[in-house]
Amino acid sequence: MTQGVMVFAETTGGTLASIAKELLGAGRKLADALGEPLLAAVLGHGVQEAAQEAVYHGADTVYVADAPVLETYQTASYTAVMAQIVAQAQPSILLIGMSDNGRDLAPRLAFRLGTGLASDCVDLAINPETKLLEATRPVSGGNAMATVVIEKTRPQMATVRAKTMEPAVRDPSRQGTLVPVEVTLDPATLPARVIERVKAKAEGVRLEDAEIVIAGGRGLKGPEDFYALLEPCAKLLGGAVGASRAAVDEGWVPTQMQIGLTGKIISPKLYIACAISGAAQHMAGCGYAKTIVAINRDPDAPIFQRAHLGVVGDYKKVIPAFHKKCEELLKK
Amino acid sequence: MDIIVTIKQVPDPEAPKESFRIDEEAKRILNPANVDPVINGYDENAIEAALQLKEAVGGKVTALCMGEESATRALKQALAMGVDEAILLHDPAFADADATATAYVLAAAIRKLGKYDLILCGRQASDWDQAQVPSGIAEYLDLPSVTAVQKVEVRDGTVRVERILEDGYEVIELPMPCLVTVSNEANRPRYPTLKGIMAAGKKQIPVWNAAALEVDPARVGRAGSLTRVVKLYIPRFEGSCEFIEGETPEEMGEKLALRLRELKII
Repeated sequence: MTQGVMVFAETTGGTLASIAKELLGAGRKLADALGEPLLAAVLGHGVQEAAQEAVYHGADTVYVADAPVLETYQTASYTAVMAQIVAQAQPSILLIGMSDNGRDLAPRLAFRLGTGLASDCVDLAINPETKLLEATRPVSGGNAMATVVIEKTRPQMATVRAKTMEPAVRDPSRQGTLVPVEVTLDPATLPARVIERVKAKAEGVRLEDAEIVIAGGRGLKGPEDFYALLEPCAKLLGGAVGASRAAVDEGWVPTQMQIGLTGKIISPKLYIACAISGAAQHMAGCGYAKTIVAINRDPDAPIFQRAHLGVVGDYKKVIPAFHKKCEELLKK
Repeated sequence: MDIIVTIKQVPDPEAPKESFRIDEEAKRILNPANVDPVINGYDENAIEAALQLKEAVGGKVTALCMGEESATRALKQALAMGVDEAILLHDPAFADADATATAYVLAAAIRKLGKYDLILCGRQASDWDQAQVPSGIAEYLDLPSVTAVQKVEVRDGTVRVERILEDGYEVIELPMPCLVTVSNEANRPRYPTLKGIMAAGKKQIPVWNAAALEVDPARVGRAGSLTRVVKLYIPRFEGSCEFIEGETPEEMGEKLALRLRELKII
């Protein structure tokens, strides 16, 4: 008999990652709806403190696999250790974040466990009658939504899109149990070797952290305006510049600037989309912005259906005037 | 070097948004009327990566596709791009397969082929966006795998890839045989040449069914699926956009700034 909602609580630099807090928030709600405990799995090296943080963020029991071999993520090592933890804890639900590592781990682990997986979910609920997890996910790049259930196998697995779940609130008075997991993996048996990690050159504010993002699409027709118009304006507002996949595919701007389903998913205070039509694939990355402004010459562009404020006009003329006015306003 | 590429035929994501159709009852994504289906875009990146490796180190590229008989179209296109051989995995029993049942059939076909050093797949399919099947194939065949790479090379019998990370990438080395999923950053897929299209027209595409693959009928198609779609719908967004009015774009730009200030957003 499986019981409990487990989350794969990722860490960055020894602390809980933001996606882990979101999963703990979502997992707590599901566990409460089922009347079952919330479990967490923390893997890494030097992660005892993060495991305790998982308790403060709502976990009742935390399985801690703390070993040098888990220092860096590898498909083989993380899949093996997670499979071991699942066998030990027997959860009925397992949630994993749709992060760099989660998106690689989850499918491999689902197949290892012989269970079903709903990928990249944006909504999770417990059916009050069947008690099954109902996981809702965008399909066709967001053109449609599908609700998926896993009936026959356990755990019911889902990966969860970043920034779609309310993060758990930290409560340092919370009590929970830490269960150490014995890691017997021999690093020499791991097939892959991570040679190096290369950080992309990043200047100014990180796109994921920016409160204000100005993005350009295919309509910019080249790299020039990203740097001549959008960047100075973003700088003025303390924000960052993003791009649609079309602009990245054209080679105008680097991959790290891509916003969308296969790029970054952001939720800034203000998102200004210049000459972006607003395909579902793109909106998957910016749809959670608090205010969306669309600047587009085509009044029928789909982005206007999702925008809060719209300007039907050429960004080439709108942005410089907008920039100048902002300068004036910010001086006041 | 023997490379296998798995491909899927999908509705054209470039088709006009209005033409997007689903069957809510059968929980299927339909092909829009009058728009031909295409090879999934990421699978084209996988084909291109395979062809570039073949050009660099020599060998043979085989494309596998599970789907309806109409999916020979995607395989013809793969042949026209330069793939050496193409095989369709089709059986009425394969219909409505989820990722588990799909990976099972593809793994069975790869086993039947027998000889492979590298399996390349697209990072996900643009219809269901699951990104699960490749990891499943790797698990069934007990191969090391890396997903979502922007570069794949072969050096001294080792596969070297760049796995995309949010803030950069990591370089990973894998022994062969292994499985790698390719992202759109990796390359720009070539267009078939006229010569390629002519040659593809003459090539036979064998069809392997459940019997040929010697698969367990309980593990294919709907019967073998572990996930079930209980609801499929098109989300509606109420258009509540407030348009900034103005005589000129410059005026609208200024008014936009003023409005955002008024809303205390900037």
